[in-house]
Amino acid sequence: MTEGTHGGGYKIYFTVWFWLLVITLLEIGMVLVRVPKALLVFSLITLALMKAALIMAYFMHLRYERLNLIYAVVTPMFFLAIVLFAMVGPDALHVFRSR
Amino acid sequence: MAHEAIDQERVVASPWGGGQSPFAVGWPKLMMWLFLVSDTLTFAGLLAGYGVMRISLGRWPVQSEIFNLWLVGAMTFILICSSATMAVAVSASKRGDRPRVIPFLLLTAFGGMLFLAGQYYEWSHFIHEGARLFANPWGIPQFSATFFITTGFHGGHVTGGVIYLLITALRWTRGRIQPESIEIAGLYWHFVDLVWVFIFTLLYLI
Repeated sequence: MTEGTHGGGYKIYFTVWFWLLVITLLEIGMVLVRVPKALLVFSLITLALMKAALIMAYFMHLRYERLNLIYAVVTPMFFLAIVLFAMVGPDALHVFRSR
Repeated sequence: MAHEAIDQERVVASPWGGGQSPFAVGWPKLMMWLFLVSDTLTFAGLLAGYGVMRISLGRWPVQSEIFNLWLVGAMTFILICSSATMAVAVSASKRGDRPRVIPFLLLTAFGGMLFLAGQYYEWSHFIHEGARLFANPWGIPQFSATFFITTGFHGGHVTGGVIYLLITALRWTRGRIQPESIEIAGLYWHFVDLVWVFIFTLLYLI
């Protein structure tokens, strides 16, 4: 990455830091007020993915890299998620049902 | 013949011809990215193993009654802060803002040490309550096993990261490295934070 592609001082890092903090507090809050389990799991995973996206895009500067580097890093994650959920997931549930 | 030579030149000059960098980043940075992708698989394996055990067992202790959520929240806060200070250090080194580089690098390493202190406190408390690697008072051995192994792997990464940051700071003061090296150390440090996002969510909150 060359200088100046994301100029404008350090403000962006403060903004990202602030939102990461807000999301974390939201996560802890949801656990403390005992949101129903299914909703809790869904929201927590969504919020975690949002935090991950913020960190990768701004802290790791991935947003400012060439598109092929972004693809090289992000596509394996999708395949990983598919493999884990589609192949390992049913296995875990199967053991549960066979009890 | 001249025609073929021109073709050859064109191939080498194309992004994938080997004559230039197709990803438009230096090779050290590309190698760090590839390492991080492979390290993701390490943690994905650990977390998937945890998920399989927890789902297939069908019962699990209530974590918020065992762990101090405020302590874990504070550790998360510290790690997020240290990631932000790292981003500032990287940016400062790139834009030639030299006075900011070392303080922010050291602040980041200090954040890592604080996190490790929190983890030490948490582990010793947990062990004091009777948790062992393959046994614990809550009757589900997998509970403490996945906890120790996953947070242990992450803590190992933080420890390595703190050492890496201190060496980077030392090498920077001696003028041995370019801003790119600080950026690469930053990538590693943000990755450690990134992994914690998922450990925090999956192991403590869900």
